[in-house]
Amino acid sequence: MKKAVIPLVLFLVLAIFLAIGLTRDPRVVPSPLIGKDAPQFSAPILASPEKSFTAGEMRGKVWLLNVWASWCTACLQEHPVLVEYAKRKSVPLIGLAYKDKPADSIKWLQRKGDPYDFTVVDQDGRIGIDFGVYGVPETFLIDQAGKIRFKQIGPVTEEALEKHILPLIRELQK
Amino acid sequence: MKLWLALLLALQCTLAGFAAHANEAAPLAEDPVVEKRMVAISEELRCLVCQNESLAGSRADLALDLKREIRNLIKAGKSDAEIMDFMVSRYGDFVRYRPPVNPVTWLLWFGPFLLLAGAVYVLVRMIRNSQRTSADARTLNADQRAKAQSLLQDPDKLP
Amino acid sequence: MIPELGHFSLILSLFVALVLGVLGSAGGQTGRREWVALVRPATQALWLLTAFGYGCLTYAFYSNDFSVVYVVQHSNSQLPAIYRIAGVWGGHEGSLLLWHFMLTTWMLAVSLFSRQLPDTMVARVLGVLSLVAVGFLVFMLFTSNPFLRLADVPADGRDLNPLLQDPGLVFHPPMLYMGYVGLAIPFAFAIAALLNGRLDAAWARWSRPWATTAWIFLTLGIALGSWWAYYELGWGGWWFWDPVENASFLPWLVSAALIHSLAVTEKRGLFRNWTIVLAITAFSLSLLGTFLVRSGVLTSVHAFATDPRRGVFILVFLSVVVGGSLTLFAMRAGKVRSTGSFGLVSRETFLLLNNVLLTTAAASVLLGTLYPLIVDSLNLGKLSVGPPYFNAVFVPIMVPVLLFMVVGSFARWKSDGVMDLARKLGASALVSVALGCSLPLLAGSWSALAALGLSLALWIVLSSLQQIYRQLRGTANWRATPWSFWGMHLAHIGIAVSVVGITMVKSYETEKDVRMGLDDTVAVGGYTFRLTGIREADGPNYRADIGDVQLSRNGQTLRMLHPEKRTYFSSAMPMTEAAIDTGLTRDVYVSLGEQLEAGEHPAWAVRVYHKPFVSWIWGGGLLMALGGGLAALDRRYRNKRAHSTKGATVGGAVA
Repeated sequence: MKKAVIPLVLFLVLAIFLAIGLTRDPRVVPSPLIGKDAPQFSAPILASPEKSFTAGEMRGKVWLLNVWASWCTACLQEHPVLVEYAKRKSVPLIGLAYKDKPADSIKWLQRKGDPYDFTVVDQDGRIGIDFGVYGVPETFLIDQAGKIRFKQIGPVTEEALEKHILPLIRELQK
Repeated sequence: MKLWLALLLALQCTLAGFAAHANEAAPLAEDPVVEKRMVAISEELRCLVCQNESLAGSRADLALDLKREIRNLIKAGKSDAEIMDFMVSRYGDFVRYRPPVNPVTWLLWFGPFLLLAGAVYVLVRMIRNSQRTSADARTLNADQRAKAQSLLQDPDKLP
Repeated sequence: MIPELGHFSLILSLFVALVLGVLGSAGGQTGRREWVALVRPATQALWLLTAFGYGCLTYAFYSNDFSVVYVVQHSNSQLPAIYRIAGVWGGHEGSLLLWHFMLTTWMLAVSLFSRQLPDTMVARVLGVLSLVAVGFLVFMLFTSNPFLRLADVPADGRDLNPLLQDPGLVFHPPMLYMGYVGLAIPFAFAIAALLNGRLDAAWARWSRPWATTAWIFLTLGIALGSWWAYYELGWGGWWFWDPVENASFLPWLVSAALIHSLAVTEKRGLFRNWTIVLAITAFSLSLLGTFLVRSGVLTSVHAFATDPRRGVFILVFLSVVVGGSLTLFAMRAGKVRSTGSFGLVSRETFLLLNNVLLTTAAASVLLGTLYPLIVDSLNLGKLSVGPPYFNAVFVPIMVPVLLFMVVGSFARWKSDGVMDLARKLGASALVSVALGCSLPLLAGSWSALAALGLSLALWIVLSSLQQIYRQLRGTANWRATPWSFWGMHLAHIGIAVSVVGITMVKSYETEKDVRMGLDDTVAVGGYTFRLTGIREADGPNYRADIGDVQLSRNGQTLRMLHPEKRTYFSSAMPMTEAAIDTGLTRDVYVSLGEQLEAGEHPAWAVRVYHKPFVSWIWGGGLLMALGGGLAALDRRYRNKRAHSTKGATVGGAVA
């Protein structure tokens, strides 16, 4: 075999990888927590801070945890989708106000609508770190056993709901 | 009179004492030992917000939070390996700036040196081979020698 | 009106480039005189059209024409004039136009400075280059048009990214692009040689100054980029192994190998296939760099706004150019293979070893840069490859390069002896190691890295001085020594200087991160900093907090430094302008952080650095570029013109 073909072959292999790379998003960081237990946490409820919510309370139920903040512009994009979903919701939707001042969060919900069963407060972002949150918004689907089954990175779109989240919910609830 | 002077002198000394204290800037970090370890660990981690800075250099909100978290873990007595595990279990291998050495990354870590060794080997062989072929080209083999002999002995055969 | 004219000139350029590309290549192949004859004028016409188009875009920027989308995205009426001109290349579309303008400029240079080459060869070379230009023009006209207009003209633009509003923007991209594009010339020469089936010493002699000049621009561009990052970003880093930085470093490594390979092909007729592969690879890496930066495949602080459609186009273009040339190589390599041999210990061997090492170093950097993408494509997860990897792999490969650089420049062509070399170099080696290992102790603490770096650098300098001394003593007329001799040693010494800078900074830099109130002091590296005040000031398009910091050493006040924290009107993100006192043996660096406390006793976060020998990193780069310049201007590349004009007159007289 002619040695002179080697550079060409190497280049073709490279080109194939580059082509595949064009279909990927290098900024997306997949979660290592999928399939693992969701972190245990306890946080005050936004509407009544003297009461607190513990993640363990949701055992036996499938539920969605949506991480948002009043200062987050992308959250404005997904909010109408969540408000729509809340009207026919199949599972509880709990909000996590991430690194937000409670007063700002309350005002934001009053202005834009509140799709959540309730929202809990994570002011210093500690709970976010445990969930591997690196940007806002992010949404987690957690099953009856308390395991994370799906993470939506970025705003929840109609497409994401229809193609990934709702089918998975239906499967889990069988 | 002397009393006043003495008091004035005493006052000056105490004031000077205060001034000397106010002069040296306090390090931003609370504990330099903890800080040094934190910086060493965070230099090995990627900032997920900017994605092309190390955690050490990044001023992003998440970076500051994570650095604070690392300081807490250090103060709680965790080892470097445990802190690294803490980060990787939440954010995945992607957060490590130094890729781990596992079957997926063998090519990455050992590839360059294997390539180098292979290339040098091929090189040395090529140089030796080219020497041999050009030496061969300059010397005659047995058949060619016989032909040359016969041509030399019989002038009629010469062109 | 002006933007339309600019757009139109690009369309015209496309037609001219097509004609030039097709007829030039065909003319070179067949030798048809009419086609060959139109190559030079067509190139000049192409340059004029491109210059006009580029001028139109610059005019649109300078005159704040916000009906042009690109101007709106990257400019602002309050932007200072110089950045309204340099901002033209601040974004994707404009920087592409700059790329293309530089390509036509290099083509113009080829058309003007090629009298000594056969016309058919020039036709081939310009034909190939023109086809590359066609690719860029099509890319621009169909996916990245800088002249698109808005129906609704906004009142003002979005402003140039504040990070780019710096003199660095004026020099770094143009230098770098001149280098990237310049590598197309040796590439075109290589293609011409493959098509021709002839590759001889004359070909190498013609290609060499072009390759060297491109390398010089790359060296300067990379050095400027590194320096700019150092003083601009505020924390004193100067190299991050960022994918886009790597994209510029790869062609630099390969073109360094190329210019040395060309030297051997010129002198001994060897390494022909190697030289061709290196010439193709160097330009391919330039194009690959363009792809990586603009396609969104990799994340980088340098990346332009991305669009997968553009990525697809560049990938197709890349595949055609690189795939086509490598296919041509695979088919024709046999025709241009070298014959001849050399001993195991000879100058050729050391040059070849270093070429292999440089190429392997480049391959490792490429592997590290693309590995995350490869792993992701194979669905094996998401990986991150950062500086720890590159430092661990790159440094061990480069150390032998420096060693062989010294030995190779001493070794005789074709064959030399190990004992002979040991005799000539033994003394300088011992002195270098002795000094190199003991000097670091002067700095306070010993460092293995510094010892290694200093020993290597000293050996490079000593051996060069040895050779220079021998040359001066050995020749009656030292002025007759070819410039390439001086160039080689200057460039090699430049490398030694950079190595000193890099190893000293890495081993001995110190920093302190402190909270400073008024009149507070902090000391680092023997220097004392005192914050005497903070005041507000306004710039043309920003508001700044300026710190007044007094720098002193051993009780003696040296100067005032003024670090700034700027808030640009157009962007919420504040920017640090560090204050640096540059010296021959060290840089002293102050950076203002956030305000921690306001009111009666204001306090600020301040970072101070002491960086020994850091300016040597870029000083070395400058020396390398100067050395390359001397080598490229060597008389033997310029003389040939006299011979060919002589030949023409004889022919003319006869006719």
